[in-house]
Amino acid sequence: MAQYLLSVHSVEGETAPAMSDEEMQQSWKRIQVLNEELRAAGAWVFGGALHEADTATVVRMSEGEVLTTDGPFAESKEHLGGFYIIETDDLDAALVWASKTTEAVGKPIEVRPFRASEA
Amino acid sequence: MRDLDASPKVDAAQIGRIFREESGRSVATLIRIFGDIDIAEDAVQEAFAVALRKWPFDGLPPNPGGWITTTARNRAIERLRREVRGRELLSEVATLSPGNDDPGMPKEVGPVQDDRLRLIFTCCHPALSAEAQVALTLRLLCGMTTDEVARAFLVAEPTMAQRLVRAKRKIKAARIPYRVPEDHELSGRLRPVLAVVYLVYNAGLTGPGEPGLCSEAIRLARILSTLMPDEPEAAGLLALLLLTESRRALRTRPDGSLVVLGEQDRTRWDRVLIEEGQAIVRRCLRRNQPGPYQLQAAINAVHADAPTVEQTDWWQIVALYDQLLAVAPTPVVALNRAIAIGEVRGPAAALALVDDLDLDNYYPFHATRADLLRRLGRHAEAAAAYERAAAMAPTNAERDFLRLGGRASR
Repeated sequence: MAQYLLSVHSVEGETAPAMSDEEMQQSWKRIQVLNEELRAAGAWVFGGALHEADTATVVRMSEGEVLTTDGPFAESKEHLGGFYIIETDDLDAALVWASKTTEAVGKPIEVRPFRASEA
Repeated sequence: MRDLDASPKVDAAQIGRIFREESGRSVATLIRIFGDIDIAEDAVQEAFAVALRKWPFDGLPPNPGGWITTTARNRAIERLRREVRGRELLSEVATLSPGNDDPGMPKEVGPVQDDRLRLIFTCCHPALSAEAQVALTLRLLCGMTTDEVARAFLVAEPTMAQRLVRAKRKIKAARIPYRVPEDHELSGRLRPVLAVVYLVYNAGLTGPGEPGLCSEAIRLARILSTLMPDEPEAAGLLALLLLTESRRALRTRPDGSLVVLGEQDRTRWDRVLIEEGQAIVRRCLRRNQPGPYQLQAAINAVHADAPTVEQTDWWQIVALYDQLLAVAPTPVVALNRAIAIGEVRGPAAALALVDDLDLDNYYPFHATRADLLRRLGRHAEAAAAYERAAAMAPTNAERDFLRLGGRASR
């Protein structure tokens, strides 16, 4: 078994066309169905959507002291919007979940393997 | 009495050729056994070194391929036993293949069981870049050295080495599976595989003395078309390769210089291969789901029908190129279509089309221009174009051919 990070990246300022309440409901429902499916298949490890990147706080070591600052770590325009951690046999199985995820959230999904954690 | 004669029974070049033919199968089998590409590659390389030491004195074993696989497997096991992590891997291997007392000599039950087919689908996995797919296939399945693969792609060797290392690391880290895709995934996974097989064939066709690659590509194309009878492009690729193969022996003179299609002795084309290829083309036509490989096969089938170059149905060929250009609108296809146009409308019409193409870095573009200019009597421009083409030609045979003004025997 291997663990994969399935991440959704959102581009700052690139706002999706505003969803109606109904569309929002449907999107939420699709994600709930996907979550159920992941759990039922035993692939679920963890997952969730994140608040906007401007809610982030960065903590770092600076000259031997801990420095806490406001804002996201990366200056980039792309930020992590949400993610799943899943556990599957191989990449092909992970890609099947990624396909379902991109269908549910309507955004590209990046699939990255975790370094082996057990042993 | 043991033969202590100094003259070896097999020389290094012969061993190299056998090794090239057999290493793909051995690497594929060892990857299945050990689940690790690097272990498989290193072990097969070690087996090659042993063969180079032993075979010149002992002669060839009865089954050189089986010998390489068994020797490589034993070397890999010996090496793994020396390391802790290796011993763990070996115990995993033992649990994964219970009751398989000689995993080095698997029985080939059918095309699906062919380890090389597993390997080609892994090498051509869509999670890998197109360049990496071709490079891995040539390296692992066709036993080409990194340097040879680099030359096939016109990139520096360190660049190619890095590309291979990165691709293998991704296969391992991301756990790209080692299996033939299931039915519902097959058609999408097939496209890159076909592209790679076609490129392997061409590497054999134009490379320096690598006819083994051509038969390897044909064998792979055969397996693919058998395994995927519902994929007309797999059949189309096989037909294309068979029809090209029917003329391969006539492409070059004994001194290695090229013989163009129009100057080949057509009575010596291989009729058996032509008939098999044409039968597949007819089945594809009836199915009527044209694709790039089927159309290229159909073009070759028309050439194969013509007893002389003058009797070629060039209008039919132009019509097929029109279709091909519609499904594969690339400048290279447009160049070949222009050459066919030249046969029906004359060199001036063809040159007008050719000069519109953006193919300055493609030597057949300059070779085509040279030929058309020569036919138009523009000799100085023709000579310059031949020189341009010769300077870019990838093999000596092609370079010499172009330096001689494309034979200029017409």
